Amino acid sequence: MEFLTISLLNGVSYGLLLFMLSSGLTLIFSMMGVLNFAHASFYMLGAYLAYTIASKIGFWPALVVAPVLVAGVGALVERFGLRTVHKFGQVAELLFTFGLSYLIVEGVKLVWGLAAVPYAIPPELNGALFKVFGSEFPKYRAFMMLISVAMLAALYLLLTRTRIGLVIQASLTHPEMVEALGHNVQRVFMLVFAGGAALAGLAGMIGGNAFVTSPSMGESVGTIVFVIAVVGGMGSLPGAFIASLLIGIMQTFAVTIDASLSDLFSLAGVAVTDNTAMSSLLRMPVSQVAPILPYLLMVLMMILRPRGLLGKREG
Amino acid sequence: MKPLIQASAGSDMQRRGLLQSAHSLRWIIWGATALVMLVLPLVFSSGFAIALLSQIGIMIIFALSYNMLLGQTGMLSFGHAVYSGLGAFVAAHVLNQIGASHFPLPVSLLPLVGGFGGMLFGVLFGYVTTRKSGTTFAMITLGIGEMVAASSLMFPGFFGGEGGVPTNRTVGHAVLGITYVIALWCLVSMIAMYAWTQTPLGRIANAVRDNPERAEFVGYNTQRVRFLVMVLSAFFAGIAGGLSVIDFEIVTAENVGAAQSAGVLLATFIGGGAFFFGPVIGSVLFVLFAVALSNLTPAWLLYLGLFFVLVVMYVPGGVSSLLMKQVPLIAARKLHRMLPSYAAVLGAAMMVLCALVLTVELVYKLQIDSDNGTAMRLAGLSFDAASWAPRAVAAMLWVLGALASRLAAARLRDAWDRVQREIAGSNA
Repeated sequence: MEFLTISLLNGVSYGLLLFMLSSGLTLIFSMMGVLNFAHASFYMLGAYLAYTIASKIGFWPALVVAPVLVAGVGALVERFGLRTVHKFGQVAELLFTFGLSYLIVEGVKLVWGLAAVPYAIPPELNGALFKVFGSEFPKYRAFMMLISVAMLAALYLLLTRTRIGLVIQASLTHPEMVEALGHNVQRVFMLVFAGGAALAGLAGMIGGNAFVTSPSMGESVGTIVFVIAVVGGMGSLPGAFIASLLIGIMQTFAVTIDASLSDLFSLAGVAVTDNTAMSSLLRMPVSQVAPILPYLLMVLMMILRPRGLLGKREG
Repeated sequence: MKPLIQASAGSDMQRRGLLQSAHSLRWIIWGATALVMLVLPLVFSSGFAIALLSQIGIMIIFALSYNMLLGQTGMLSFGHAVYSGLGAFVAAHVLNQIGASHFPLPVSLLPLVGGFGGMLFGVLFGYVTTRKSGTTFAMITLGIGEMVAASSLMFPGFFGGEGGVPTNRTVGHAVLGITYVIALWCLVSMIAMYAWTQTPLGRIANAVRDNPERAEFVGYNTQRVRFLVMVLSAFFAGIAGGLSVIDFEIVTAENVGAAQSAGVLLATFIGGGAFFFGPVIGSVLFVLFAVALSNLTPAWLLYLGLFFVLVVMYVPGGVSSLLMKQVPLIAARKLHRMLPSYAAVLGAAMMVLCALVLTVELVYKLQIDSDNGTAMRLAGLSFDAASWAPRAVAAMLWVLGALASRLAAARLRDAWDRVQREIAGSNA
């Protein structure tokens, strides 16, 4: 019970963090048709900027400044990069962000070095928030959940209740009409791209010190975010939400489970011996398979339901 | 009616003549390619050069197989190393079996084993990935690539764990040197892949790339076409993998990794996917970049990334499209008119390049390598990275380079437009 509660809480906080990333990716994709490969690089950039700024002016001001800086970088990328390649089509845009992700990683290595930086949790958020059956739930995890939920609520309100949100929504489906009504759709695109980058930056800011801030941090989370977008259904925000939580919880549970398929067979009365075909595969504990579980989920989804959980049917 | 028939007969004659000259041109090009492959290892016979040439040969097959997807069918894959890598693992295990004389097969035919290995996994994974096209296909291939890379440490029996699978190629009798085995396979694969573009499947692949809805309407199942192309492409990728086994005598988890997949994408795109020979140029450039530059500077990935982004932004057709744009100029005998402005652009680009290299190397020295002191050497000059002089030179180069490139670009545009107008005028 104790294991279940703690793992579930950890899984939800990780899932919410993933959703902060995948929501930006999904918004940018559904609006501009651009799959932003550099999205995870913005996540990394957010963590590194947060590390530097927090060491200068403290954690709390950095919480605002770092994402704003990342948003600025995002706006520049859209204005001077993406808009130039837009006329060459989707593949060129995708490849541009792909090359950009290289450049950001190499740039970060140049500025902050190859090793991980000691980006620490602020002292007032250190320690346990409460105890469940003797196990501690860290304060910082709760803080992460709080920030993510607050951010997502703000995003929801912004998109549905404000004027600019309505313009963004209208630009998603009817860009020409919105343009005809006198709105600058190009600027809306820039805003959305910057906003998505800011979300990724904020996720990096609060995720960087919970995990590790290193040049490879974007790489490991980037493909997971893509898997979420595919599993949830391309361009579907609710789908991305469900998939984020699903994968967050699944990954958290999987790394702690020591059972293997052979245990399942022995429950059914079938013993796995050295002579059984693929015995090493059957005896592999779930925790060891954990890294590939999201991809297996994606492959299953592609076979059973190619459009994803809540995606629209193609064509 | 009469003039019409005459005109068509005339154009038919003309076309036949053109076809014939294109036919003989094709023979000349393939003959020249074979000759280059034969002569290059003799001219550049140092160990380093031979290693470089072997890698280029392998990369050419790999990039051309990738271009079957990207250039011919419009499928952007981020996990192509899966097929070459898994093909290589299969080939390595078979080679070890040959070595233990459990399996009679000449080593020169090993790439074929790799090819069938890659094809097998192409059937398996292609079934999943080709259910989607476009962006979703790209994302799924990325996921599959990550999955295979992550599982390479989970199945040490097949992947050999951290150390990989070492082999020994010196079993049986050598008929040809390793370099010529690679050259021969490279030539055969190139011809086969070129021939493929002329088959009905190759043509339909182009249709699926250009207008999938219409291809579907005509009665072709686009998903099936994508799947078939994927399987064939995986076969040739596997051949490249099998050759790498012979060349390096080891296969590790890196062979299926994301860096390898990204590399073939970069090579193909830099060369340009629209023309068959594009990936060949791209492979040569890429291997030179990766091998030669990585020996010179640790920041080579940054340079490669910048080069790639610049190609995407300003020359989306790749180097080959740049070359093909010169063909009408040569035909109209007007290339010499462009040469001065080309030289100007090249000069400006060199200036920007110097500024960039100096800046990057300075930052690199100060930020990452400062433990070994700040003294450094660049292009034969010794200086202190922490002093102001190199920074001032870099700043000056940036300003001059920016100015020069603006001027040179304007001049190039003017000259290009003028020459194009003249060609259009003389044709009318």
